[in-house]
Amino acid sequence: MNGAEQVAIEARKQDIRSRWILSAPALIIIFVAAIGPLFVMLLYSFLVKGDYGDVKPWEFSLDGWTSVFFQRDIFDDTLGLADAHISIIWRSIQLSFFTTILTLILGFPTAYFIATRPPHTREIWVFLVTIPFWTNLLIRTFAMQQVIRNEGLLNNALIWLGIIKSPLQIIYTDTANLLGMTYVYLPLMVLPLYASIEKLDFRLVEAGYDLYATRFQVLRKIVIPLVKPGIIAGSILVFIPSLGAYVIPRVLGGGKNMMLGNLIEMQFGAGRNWPLGAAMSITLMILVMVALIVYVRNASRGGSGHV
Amino acid sequence: MFRSRFDIKSQPGFGFITLFTFFALYLPIGALVVYSFNDAESLSQWGGFSGRWFVAAWQNSAVQDAAIRSLIIALWAASLATIAALMAALATTRTAPYRGQTLKYAMINQPLMVPEIVTAVALLIVFSRIKVWTGYSGLGYLVLAHTAFCIPFAYLPIRARLESMDLTLERAAADLYASRWQTFRHVTLPLLRPAVIAGFMLAFVISLDDVVITEFVKSGGQDTLPTYMLGQLRRETTPEINAIATVFLALSTVLVVIFFFINRKKQ
Repeated sequence: MNGAEQVAIEARKQDIRSRWILSAPALIIIFVAAIGPLFVMLLYSFLVKGDYGDVKPWEFSLDGWTSVFFQRDIFDDTLGLADAHISIIWRSIQLSFFTTILTLILGFPTAYFIATRPPHTREIWVFLVTIPFWTNLLIRTFAMQQVIRNEGLLNNALIWLGIIKSPLQIIYTDTANLLGMTYVYLPLMVLPLYASIEKLDFRLVEAGYDLYATRFQVLRKIVIPLVKPGIIAGSILVFIPSLGAYVIPRVLGGGKNMMLGNLIEMQFGAGRNWPLGAAMSITLMILVMVALIVYVRNASRGGSGHV
Repeated sequence: MFRSRFDIKSQPGFGFITLFTFFALYLPIGALVVYSFNDAESLSQWGGFSGRWFVAAWQNSAVQDAAIRSLIIALWAASLATIAALMAALATTRTAPYRGQTLKYAMINQPLMVPEIVTAVALLIVFSRIKVWTGYSGLGYLVLAHTAFCIPFAYLPIRARLESMDLTLERAAADLYASRWQTFRHVTLPLLRPAVIAGFMLAFVISLDDVVITEFVKSGGQDTLPTYMLGQLRRETTPEINAIATVFLALSTVLVVIFFFINRKKQ
């Protein structure tokens, strides 16, 4: 090894060292106020709950974890399934799934329409999707609440049109959760879909028509397979926040139609069972991880599958 | 002849669904704004046009406090996050890959991957302990928590700009015996300015909008505007809450419009 090489290696080492120092503030802040607390929460999920909330330090137990899915019978102390918890977790998964489907049904045609406009009008359409996206989530939820209330815009319009006689009870139902989440998360579906449809090579579509494909066949056999990565990206961007929704079910679902986020909050409030709440939070994180892994596997397959 | 009129890009019904989507996106927000000018006591009827709920909200001391607190936290969090993100972006771009770089990316983007409610309860657990130990229960916790989840938003535009910037000007500065600091101060930073402003504004809006983490981290009497509104929604609401929402909406829309034009000029 000659001297010049030695100097270059030394300079490179120095450069990497200064890069670590430069990124230290961001990494430390995120460790202290985001990642570190997750590890503390993992520890808490294995501790014994305190009598008035919090935990008893260094008394370990698996109760937090078992009570995510099971409960002890008050009479004979046998373990049974915790139906309430399971039904809330299952509801969260179902609602998130249907939200994803609904946003896809509305979002795909919208993204496709925007992507096929002339370039300068396209920008305006995209901007119009971005505005609600950056509007405070609470304000959008609140706006939805005002529309679907019993004396709200929707019911008043339906009564005025003579379609119904008395207001429909939408608010404080699962339908309200579904409508609210679809409304709030719709831009998250449109934007990635738009990005991938915009890159679509329409010569392939033209080739399809040349071979006498119908419009539906072109859509199903050419467009959808080519923009699949966008569809998956949009779906994951909608599914994940839906699963962890907290504000929307709290405002629109009322007490009876809780989702997992509200169930977690309850353990830290009235439930006073922090280990259980911690275990539920980690369960939610695992569900999100599973969704992300499905996404990554599909995305890598979709990337090499065509062209 | 037939071919020239046949639009290969159109699909039946898509235009209609698009119109419906935009109608559905804007109708609730529009109604919210219109009803903030409602003179009636409740949202159930229309009592004529009036600005009195804006005056009521402006004079409500709880709203004033919450608004000021929101702005203080957002200013601190966005400033700290932008500085940290700028340093991190300089440290992670324009170099051959090195060990730990992927780890840095993963850490910086971590706040985007975890559901907010999970981070919120984890922070509740840790901060409630620290509050007992130290006796300090000020705004510091909120600023710290907000800074953490603002970092990835400030980082994204700055990193994108750095990656598309060419190194010629900085090399020229170095050739003219500028020190590393002088190069950064007089060449790199001015070139980065639009991205830094964009990152700061994104972080500012994200901090201003946060409900969930703030709700769990705040001590008593530390309501921000969003948590104040969330608390009010449990009761029978008056158009006052619409007035607050309308002002909020106007503020974030203005920021997004500015952000949009900064980004456009750059291209």
